[in-house]
Amino acid sequence: MEQKKVDDGGWSPYIAGGLSGLVIIVSVLWTGQFFGASTSFVRSAGMLEKILEPERVAQLEYFIRYLPKFDWQLMFVSGIFLGSLIAALLSGSFKWQGVPDMWAERFGTNPALRGIVAFIGGVIAMYGARLADGCPSGHGLSGMIQLAVSGLIAMVFFFVGGIIMTRLVYFGGNRK
Amino acid sequence: MNAEMIYGLITGILFGFLLQKARVVRYDKQIGALRFQDMTIVKFMMSAIIVGMVGIHFFDIFGLVKLLYKPVVLGENITGGLLFGLGWGLLGYCPGTQGGALGEGRWDALWGILGMIVGAGLYAETYPLLMKKVLGVGYYGYLTIPQLIGVNRWLVIIVFVTGVLAMFRWFEKKGL
Repeated sequence: MEQKKVDDGGWSPYIAGGLSGLVIIVSVLWTGQFFGASTSFVRSAGMLEKILEPERVAQLEYFIRYLPKFDWQLMFVSGIFLGSLIAALLSGSFKWQGVPDMWAERFGTNPALRGIVAFIGGVIAMYGARLADGCPSGHGLSGMIQLAVSGLIAMVFFFVGGIIMTRLVYFGGNRK
Repeated sequence: MNAEMIYGLITGILFGFLLQKARVVRYDKQIGALRFQDMTIVKFMMSAIIVGMVGIHFFDIFGLVKLLYKPVVLGENITGGLLFGLGWGLLGYCPGTQGGALGEGRWDALWGILGMIVGAGLYAETYPLLMKKVLGVGYYGYLTIPQLIGVNRWLVIIVFVTGVLAMFRWFEKKGL
């Protein structure tokens, strides 16, 4: 099969990654904020639940610890969406796609199947991230930068878990 | 919106822009790394880490930054890390970067975002029980790698950066 290149306006991951490192340094110098993301999902869950069951949210200890409100990190996570949207539109690499190519090659193009698995994956991943007290941003980037042992351990097990699951999902290669 | 939130948004936009430019937010790239087929995300992440590591520890000499990392709690770091990884292998997006995937039109990330909000809510619900039964198992406190092995942190940084550069060389040689 012919290998087709979807877009080639990308930057080297070394350059873009290194520049991200500089953004982290400036952020810490300027505002004292290291990167992180998973706490924002706790705050978002609290904000949504508050609409349905305000009394329940007020009682739950975890939502008292992480108040359901906008803060630096939630704005940071929202900014990632905007920054990516801007970059994608400017470079013409925006593509409306509900089933990733690699997934489609193995499981077909049914967006419902992909949606269900993605949803379940999201539930498990976030439960794990909160238990580990961080995700690849908080533990991975911020923890490793500071040479934190917790960051190193979490990062290793993120990859161990990920490798095990992709072995199971793609057992026997790409083809059905 | 206060100043802190505006800084968060700007930082997020910059990071999201760079993530999209390096093409690291996509399912195919994330799962590609877990299947050892395409190491783009590892190149990006490790580049950000080594630049950030050198910068943050340099400014720390002059007391210009405040380190803020998480304690080692083996039970949580390992179990949570593994769970996160298993979910990540199904979803193919990270908490921080999936907003970026949505930003470039990969709308299956919406399912992941929804799943993560549910996962965070679930964690909040089970938190009191976890507190009683499992949280805090294997607590070793705030520990850095240099403290753990008892050497100067710059020695660890030099070894780490050298190791990462050697890994990059190997990736390029193997065409990963």
